[in-house]
Amino acid sequence: MAQKLFISTSPHVHCGDTIERNMYWVIAALMPALIASFIVFGLGALAVTVTSVLSCLFFEWFITRVFLKRSSTLADGSAVITGILLAFNMPSNIPLYVIVMGALVAIGIGKMAFGGLGNNPFNPALVGRVFLLISFPAVMTSWPEPHQLTAYTDAVTGATPLNLIGQIAGGNAAALDQLPSLGTLFMGGVGGCIGEVSVLALLIGLCILLWRKVITWHIPVSILATVAVLTGIMWLINPVLYVNPLYHLCSGGLMLGAIFMATDYVTSPMTAKGMVWYGIGIGFLTVIIRFFGSYPEGMSFAILIMNAVTPLINNWCKPKRFGEVKK
Amino acid sequence: MANTFKIGGVHPEPNKLSAGSRIVNAPLPKQAVFPLSQHIGAPAVPCVSKGDSVLVGTRIADAGGFMSAPIHSSVSGKVAKIDTVLDASGFRKPAIFIDVEGDSWEPGIDRTDTLSLLCSLTQQEVLDCIREAGIVGMGGACFPTHVKLSPPKDCRIDVLIVNAVECEPYLTADHRLMLEHPDEIIVGVRILLKVLGIDRAVIGIEENKPDAIQLLRSKTSMVSGIEIMPLRMKYPQGGEKQLIEAVTGRQVPPPPALPANVGCVVQNVGTVFAVYEAVQKRKPLIERIVTVTGKGVKNPCNLRVRLGTPVSQLIEMAGGMPEDTGKLISGGPMMGRPLLDDSVPVVKGTSGILMIPESEAARLEERNCIRCAKCVQACPMGLEPYLLATASAAQDWECAEENWIMSCIECGCCQSTCPSRRPLLDWVRLAKNRVGGIIRARNAKK
Repeated sequence: MAQKLFISTSPHVHCGDTIERNMYWVIAALMPALIASFIVFGLGALAVTVTSVLSCLFFEWFITRVFLKRSSTLADGSAVITGILLAFNMPSNIPLYVIVMGALVAIGIGKMAFGGLGNNPFNPALVGRVFLLISFPAVMTSWPEPHQLTAYTDAVTGATPLNLIGQIAGGNAAALDQLPSLGTLFMGGVGGCIGEVSVLALLIGLCILLWRKVITWHIPVSILATVAVLTGIMWLINPVLYVNPLYHLCSGGLMLGAIFMATDYVTSPMTAKGMVWYGIGIGFLTVIIRFFGSYPEGMSFAILIMNAVTPLINNWCKPKRFGEVKK
Repeated sequence: MANTFKIGGVHPEPNKLSAGSRIVNAPLPKQAVFPLSQHIGAPAVPCVSKGDSVLVGTRIADAGGFMSAPIHSSVSGKVAKIDTVLDASGFRKPAIFIDVEGDSWEPGIDRTDTLSLLCSLTQQEVLDCIREAGIVGMGGACFPTHVKLSPPKDCRIDVLIVNAVECEPYLTADHRLMLEHPDEIIVGVRILLKVLGIDRAVIGIEENKPDAIQLLRSKTSMVSGIEIMPLRMKYPQGGEKQLIEAVTGRQVPPPPALPANVGCVVQNVGTVFAVYEAVQKRKPLIERIVTVTGKGVKNPCNLRVRLGTPVSQLIEMAGGMPEDTGKLISGGPMMGRPLLDDSVPVVKGTSGILMIPESEAARLEERNCIRCAKCVQACPMGLEPYLLATASAAQDWECAEENWIMSCIECGCCQSTCPSRRPLLDWVRLAKNRVGGIIRARNAKK
């Protein structure tokens, strides 16, 4: 026999899936939201996103090649996703140096300090985002009004729906009149972070992720359902002070977080049951922060807190074993 | 919608390239080699010595205990030596070598094709007949059949399940057997029902074999007690526990529980055919159907092969080994064993010979676990392969045992799904081995 044969144990075939395939599909699923943000916020959105992605790529390359002297991991696509998600969590008029600092924290501290992709306990983009939110609260929370397509740091800023909802709950009934319609909120056309602008675009992204089997429904659905139920209860108790649950679902970073940030493979639980509890936890914390916290938006903090709980959830929520008899 | 099992499972490419080729007899080898361990349990003990003349069907090795099976010569000729041979395990194992001379058969064997319908033997006589014929599970596990047919006394069996799923990609031996010998299989099922003393059998067939489903349905329409059940395609449906769940909805509890504990006995369709031949034709297990296949193979085929024939001869029948072959496998691509070379003899459990091109044979570089949870979703036993592999690498046997590692059926779903290409099953096998040893030591102490 002439050929030399490989010897390895079964299985001998693979379905063909790779890290890259999953990451690239996530990037593809983010594209509708990127296009929507470009339409609404114009060049600013593009400038912020491109800067963020390039900085993330640079820092990942720098750390792997220069500090760790390993082969580059840029091609796996995870740094691009971190870059896009970081940008999506910023207003479109943010100064460039702030973005670069956010990228350094996201990649350097959020990801590479723990050993790179797979080892980070927290979602890197959110680590970067929360760092900026605490360090640069002014620029991180002044959102430009939509449709100033060529303006950048000089854009006129205005209140976001969540600001207004907060004011209504605080007793300022006049803010109710300023609230955009639910339709505008859904299609995109209100102030806010880059990636949050169009609920429709984000839902298209969700469909892509589900279709390509990149994620399962458990995390997004359990987050959205929890938020809907809790805000629905508040609304039923006092419909004057609290807006209806659909408004909560469509505003702020909820959709973006539920679809793209909470579903991050590395930092979310491993079993279906665990994913549902994780989603319920995020939904609950988000509502608590939105109603009772000092920030108008609670998604980032809620996800980071549940990231920290993920190892515990993995310990508690075991899959249903074949042949297991309930005691 | 057709039944299937509930937890996990994957959908590998079926690649049933040889489904359309009729079973052809492979030529006799010049020398046949019979490893003494062709089954689970004690190795057989040779009862011939160098220079003895044997006929086709002559017993050459006795069972080494209750959990064992005798071996019969598949050729006529002279015993050349009793030596070691490289087998599918990759180790050299003791074996009987027989130089082939002519093709004379033991006189008692009925070599005609006439269907023998009636069986006047008693339960015990049939069971003895099966044991004497050296029949073992032909699906690949090679569990001695007479042991499976003697369930513990405290278990009430109510259904015989015939495993005609053939969920392994590429393999078509069972499929062809059903198409070409449906009547024999049905008689075999009735014999097994008699042995078990029950009146219900279900033949589970995956939906990708509609011709076999239709044929067996038409053959059993007048027979009471035998049901043909189409099953929705999903790997590893041919796993004993998965098949029982798909057919009856019952889940076998974790080891040491047996299928008999939920009232089921499962037999592969190839085994049923062997039972027919042993009981009705007095023919011991001396040949089997082997699928020889692979993407680059010129003539993927199904061969009726005398046991002991070297694999190289089968590859020749299929048009030779393609030049780009990177891996030679005995069995299917999901659970088969890699062969070190093509001199290995066909044994009772050889269901297929598969040649995989070099481009698909090499594993890709292993990456960090990205905790995508796809292995957890794929595991048909409800385990967490990523966790078991981590525990294994950390030698944390306690953690592995607590997380049900002994339930693993080594189907390979986890590893074949992992986007990071981690050798999950390698780690799990290692830990299973260690944990199994620890459990046995603990039980021995008690």
